Amino acid sequence: MTDHHLAQLNVGRLRHPLDTAEAAGFVTGLEPINALADNSPGFVWRLVDEEGRDATAIRPYGDDMIVNLSVWESFQALWDFTYRSDHLEYIRRRREWFTRMAEPFTVLWWVPAGHLPSVEEALSRLTRLREAGPAPEAFTFRHRYEPDGALAATGSAT
Amino acid sequence: MSDVEAITALGDPVRRRVYDYVVAQDHEVGRAEAADAAGIQRTLAAFHLDRLADAGLLDVVFRRPPGRSGPGAGRPAKLYRRSAVDHVVSLPPRDYGTPAALLAEVVESLGAEGDLERVARRHGRTAGESAEGGVEEVLARQGYEPYRADGAAGVVRMRNCPFHAVAREFPPLVCGMNLALVEGLLEGMGETELRARMRARPGECCVEITSKNNDD
Repeated sequence: MTDHHLAQLNVGRLRHPLDTAEAAGFVTGLEPINALADNSPGFVWRLVDEEGRDATAIRPYGDDMIVNLSVWESFQALWDFTYRSDHLEYIRRRREWFTRMAEPFTVLWWVPAGHLPSVEEALSRLTRLREAGPAPEAFTFRHRYEPDGALAATGSAT
Repeated sequence: MSDVEAITALGDPVRRRVYDYVVAQDHEVGRAEAADAAGIQRTLAAFHLDRLADAGLLDVVFRRPPGRSGPGAGRPAKLYRRSAVDHVVSLPPRDYGTPAALLAEVVESLGAEGDLERVARRHGRTAGESAEGGVEEVLARQGYEPYRADGAAGVVRMRNCPFHAVAREFPPLVCGMNLALVEGLLEGMGETELRARMRARPGECCVEITSKNNDD
């Protein structure tokens, strides 16, 4: 497993621009939650824009869509940060800041250790997931694959 | 003795016959009557009756038969009646995890998390109103395994997630529901000085309970 890292992209359509009062709850969480990610066990890398703090200025899908792209040493590392840390409260409240999307908005895929995915690569994985459903090349938390292409047992994360 | 062991005690057909007879009567039954009903010797009937009592399926009482009292009535007879305790065993095993996962997926696809949280809060409040004992006691009874977090005065954390199987598949949905349940429980118990908040950590419940004036 150490020769593979797990890449993760999620996208979100903002209900309100980030400089509005409605988005303040999300914006004030950016710095502490990004710091939490940076210091989490198994964190490898996350995309940042030219300002260097976060990726909120990178808007490949249009002005109201922000993206989050990161790489982790293992599925468990990504899982523990995403769902077993203070980050969970922000996911729980996501509807306050983001509109609901019928399409998948999070995609996971394995990359060779040391490879940092480009935004284009990440978007193509999300497109693949949306078009063909979960597969070893583009999958989800709930329906995921091991680096060798085997379907991971459900419930193998805690 | 467990419910399963209690039910297992009925596996012997003769003992089952004795049991069926006793629980069908409107009076307490002695060994002679049970032996006649089951067509067996009195000593064998007594053996089965005592085994059923040991298993918690029958209660034992000592009483003189009606009409015999006072000196010369002899010692009280050992009588048996249906146990006051219920034994519930569900066979074949029931699967509540699959419907829970399907329902969770529907709630998520509808974006109805807010409705789930409202229902959960109401459910928690109702449970809290009739709950007896302190908060930790009540949480323990619900399977949360609460404990006092070291180094954090007044913070109660929980080692076990009672909804683990479905929470693992739908973390934000089920953890949000759980937070609302615990918030409702505190409300229902009138614990106005306490608040529940989301503090997910690996291997534990996503919620912790803290004093309202503790704002760290």
